[in-house]
Amino acid sequence: MTIPPLCFELFVLALGILLLLLETFSEKQDRKIFALIGIIGLAIVFFLLQGSSPGPSGMASYVVDSVAIFFKKLVVLTTIVVLIMSIDYADTIKRFLSGPSAQSGLGEFFALPVLTCAGMMWMSSAIDFILIFVSLELVTISFYILVAYMRRNANSLEAGVKYLILSALSTGFTIYGITWIYGVTHQTNLTQIEHVLPNIPVENQPGLLFGALLVLVGLGFKIAAAPFQFWVPDVYQGAPTPITAFLSVGSKSVGFIVLLRVVQAFQTLPAVGNRLITAIILLAAATLLYGNLAALPQTNFKRLLAYSSIGHAGYLLIAVAGIGAPDSGQAVVVYLAAYLLMTLLSFLVLVIVAAHGEGDDIVNFNGLGKRSPFLAFGLLVAMMSLAGVPLTAGFLGKFLVFKVAFETGQFFLIALGVVTVGCGFYFYLKVVRAMYWQTSSATAAAIPVSRLSWAAIAIMVILIFVLGIFPQVALGLLPS
Amino acid sequence: MNLLVQLTYLSPIIGGLLILGGAPARRTAILATLIALISAFIAFFAYDRITGSYQFLAALPLVPEWDLKFSVGIDGLSSTLLLLTTVVALSAVWVSPTVEEGANRYYACILLIAGGAAGAFASLDLFFFYAFHELALIPTFLMIGIWGTGNRQSAAWKITIYLSIGSIILLVGLIGVYLLPPVPQRTFDIVKLQQLASSGVFSGSGSKSIYLLLLLGFGILVSLFPFHTWAPQAYASAPVPVAMLHAGVLKKFGLYGLLRVALPLMPEAARHWAWLLLILLAGNILYVGLATIAQKQLDLTLGYSSVMHMGYVFLGIATYNIIGLNGAALLMLAHGLSISALFAMCGEVRKQTGTLNYLDLGGLATNMPALSFAFGLATFASIGLPGFANFASELLVFFGAFKNSTPGASLNEFQIVGVIALWGVVISAVYMLRAYRAIFMGAPQARWQGVRDIPVKIRWAVALLIAALLVVGLAPRTVLDAVEPGIRIFVK
Repeated sequence: MTIPPLCFELFVLALGILLLLLETFSEKQDRKIFALIGIIGLAIVFFLLQGSSPGPSGMASYVVDSVAIFFKKLVVLTTIVVLIMSIDYADTIKRFLSGPSAQSGLGEFFALPVLTCAGMMWMSSAIDFILIFVSLELVTISFYILVAYMRRNANSLEAGVKYLILSALSTGFTIYGITWIYGVTHQTNLTQIEHVLPNIPVENQPGLLFGALLVLVGLGFKIAAAPFQFWVPDVYQGAPTPITAFLSVGSKSVGFIVLLRVVQAFQTLPAVGNRLITAIILLAAATLLYGNLAALPQTNFKRLLAYSSIGHAGYLLIAVAGIGAPDSGQAVVVYLAAYLLMTLLSFLVLVIVAAHGEGDDIVNFNGLGKRSPFLAFGLLVAMMSLAGVPLTAGFLGKFLVFKVAFETGQFFLIALGVVTVGCGFYFYLKVVRAMYWQTSSATAAAIPVSRLSWAAIAIMVILIFVLGIFPQVALGLLPS
Repeated sequence: MNLLVQLTYLSPIIGGLLILGGAPARRTAILATLIALISAFIAFFAYDRITGSYQFLAALPLVPEWDLKFSVGIDGLSSTLLLLTTVVALSAVWVSPTVEEGANRYYACILLIAGGAAGAFASLDLFFFYAFHELALIPTFLMIGIWGTGNRQSAAWKITIYLSIGSIILLVGLIGVYLLPPVPQRTFDIVKLQQLASSGVFSGSGSKSIYLLLLLGFGILVSLFPFHTWAPQAYASAPVPVAMLHAGVLKKFGLYGLLRVALPLMPEAARHWAWLLLILLAGNILYVGLATIAQKQLDLTLGYSSVMHMGYVFLGIATYNIIGLNGAALLMLAHGLSISALFAMCGEVRKQTGTLNYLDLGGLATNMPALSFAFGLATFASIGLPGFANFASELLVFFGAFKNSTPGASLNEFQIVGVIALWGVVISAVYMLRAYRAIFMGAPQARWQGVRDIPVKIRWAVALLIAALLVVGLAPRTVLDAVEPGIRIFVK
C-alpha cells in the first residue's frame, strides 16, 4: 500500500486541528490526555513514514526523495519528544498562565507543536522558493506564540518579542533574496533554477550572488549561525524549555535541509556557487568560534545548550561547505540525527530536574549522580555525545564532518574544529562535574520520573550508543 | 582461540556494566580482570611466533562501503601489551581501597579504563582502535575528580582537556591515513593498510604532514616533551588504580599506535621526522629528568619519572632498526609493570602515613620491612639494574641508537641523543635512590608507631608485578621472540 505523499502533512495538520477542537469542546478533560493523543497520532505517522519510499510526488514544488523522508521522520520524532517534555513541563506552564480555569490554555500548548511539525514536514519536501517561504512562515509563526507562551513571565515575553522582531527581519532578508534570484532567473523552483543557471550571463551574476547571500542570511538566522545568532541565547533561555528544545532541534534541522537544497542548486554555476561556499566557510568559522568560546563561561544550563547549539551549527556548516565531497549530505544528515538525540536528551533531563529544583542553572545539577543515578547517567551520555566521545552518536557526526573537511581540503576549518572540540570538552564536562563531583545542597531527595519520560530517556541513551557503535544504522537511514 | 582475545577486553567491559547494574563490586571486578588475564596469558603463548602475522582474527563487518569492520586479532606486540594490560588491571583492582561511597561506580570506572585499553590493543581497525582508547577518558575524569587527592579538580581538567585535544589531532591524522589511498582501496583495516603500504600509496606528498599529525597526536597521549605537563599532576592526584592503569598501560597506547600505524605505513615520513622526534625525546630525558630530581614528593617524582622514561621508548622508535624497536617494545612492557608497582606502593605509603613529602617522611623501613624491600626492587627495576626487564630493554634501545651509523663516520644525531639518554640513567638513579633514602632510610621515628606493613592484598598485587619484571628481565627472549617477527615485516 502506498500512501500519497502529501497525506502525512495533512494527517498531522488534521491532528493539530483535532487537538484544538478538543480544547474548545471538552473543558473538563485533563489536558495531558491531549498530549498523549498527539504523541500516539505522531507515532502512527512515524511508522507510516518508515514504510514509505521515495517516488514522484506529482507536484513541481514538492519532492519526495529519501532526504525529505528522513527529515520528516526526524521532525516527527522531535515533536513526539517535545510533547513528552511538555507533559512534564505543564505544571510550570500553568503557573504563568491566567485563565478562568486551572487548565485553560494548556491544550493549545500541546496543539501548536503538532501544527509546527506539519510546517516542518512541508519544508523538508519544499523545492520551490514559494513553498519554502510559506512553510517557513507556518513554522515561524507557531514559534512566535510558543516562545512567548508563558504570558505572566517577563522572560518568556521578552524572548517572544526578540524572536518576533529578529525572525521577521530574517524573513525579510529571505524574501528579498528570493526576489533577486527570481529577477535574474525568472524561476522560483530550485530544479528549474538549477537548469537555468549555466546560461546566466556574466553581468547578471552579481545580482544572483546577492540574492543567494540574502537567502543565506535568512537561513543563517534559522540555523543560528554567527553573526546571526544574537537572538539565540536570550530566546532559548526565556522560552518554555520544551519549546527551546523544539527550536534548537526542529527549526535548525529544517533550516539545514533548505540550505543544503539551495546550495546544491547553485553548484551548477561555479562562479556563484563557489563564492556562496566561501561565504559558508566564513560563517562556519565564525559560528564555531563564537558558539564554543562563548559557551565556556556559562553557568545556566539552558544558556549553555543555546551556545552549544550555535557551536554545533558550526560543525554542520563545515559539512555544508564541503558540498563538493560525495558524502557531504550524509555527514549533515548523520550529524543532525545525532544532534537531535543528544540535544533532546539533555533538554528532557533538564525539564525533569528543573521542575523539581529552583531553576535551570548548572548548580541545580549538583550531586545528581547520587540523587537520581538514572537521570545523571542519561545526561552523562548526552554530554559525552555532545562533546564527541567515541562510541556515541556525536562522535560519528564529528568524524564524518572532519572527513568531509579533509576531503575538500578545508584545513583551516579543521584546525579551528580541533580547538573548538577541546573547548567543548570543557563546557560539557562542567555539567558532568556538577553531577558527580559536587555534593547536592539542600534537596537530597530522588527526583521522580514519569514512566513515559523514563522510557524516552532510556530509548535515546540506547540509540546514542547504537548509532555510535553501528554506524550503518545511521547510514542505512539514508542513501548518499 | 578467538574467544580468548575477545575476552581480554569484553570481560572487563561487561564486568563494569554488570557492576553499574548492581553486581557486587569488588568480587565481580576481580573475577572479570582475572578472566581477562588468563585469556591474555593463554593467547600470548598460543600465538604462533614464527611468521609474525596477525592471528586469532575475528571481524564483524559494519559499513561495507567504507570497509569499516569491528575486527580484532593479535600479533606478538599486541599480545605482549594485552598481557601487560591484564596484569596491571588485575593488580589495580586488587589494590583498590575500600570505597565508602559509590563503590560500584569506582570499580566500574576501573574496569572500563582497563577494558578500553585492552580493546585498543586488540583492535585491528583504525576506527575502533581509536574509539576504545577514548573509552577511558570520561572514567578517568570522574575517578580523579571524585576520588582523587590533592589538587584533584585542576588535575582532572588538565588531563581531560589535554588528552581530548591530543585525540582529536590524532583523529584528524587517522582520517588522513584513511583518505590517502585512492577511493577503491580505502579501508580502516590495519592489516590491509599495512599491505597497501608496500605499494607506495602512503609515500605521497601528504604523508609527511599526516605523519606529523600522528606523531603529535600520539605524542600528546604519551606525554612527549613539551606536551607532558598534564601527566605528573594527574598521576599524583589520581586514585592509585587509575595512576597504575594510566601510567602503566594507557600511556602505551600512543607508543603502540606509532609502532602499529605510523611506522609501518609511512616509513619514509618517519625517517624524515626522526630529527624532530630526537630533539623532543631528548627533552623528555634531560629536561623532565632534571625536573624529576627537583620534586619533593613521591607521587610527583613517580609522575615525572614516568614521563621521562617515555623518552627511552621514543628513542627506540626513532632509531627505526630492529634492535631499537625491539627494545622499545620490551620497555613498554617493563615500564608498565615497574611504574604500576611503584604507584601501588606509593598509595600505601600515603594511606599509612598521610603524607608523601620527603621532608616529613623517613625511617619507614623499620615499620614497613616488606614494603621497603619491594619498593627497593621496583626502584632498581625503574633505574634499570640488570635482572629486571627494564635493563634488557634499555640496553637494546641504546644499542639501537648506536647502530644507526656508517662505520668510520663521526657521531651522528642518533648517537648523540643515545649518549644523552645514557646520562638519563644516572639521572633516574639520582631521583629514585634519593626518594628511597628519604622515605625508608634513617632512624626509626616514634610517630610511625601506628604504621603497619603492606597488607596482604597489596602484597600479592605487587609481588605479581615484580615477579613479571624479573621473569621478563631474566628471560627477555620470551617476549622478544614474539615481538620481533612482526617488526621484521616492516623494517627492511
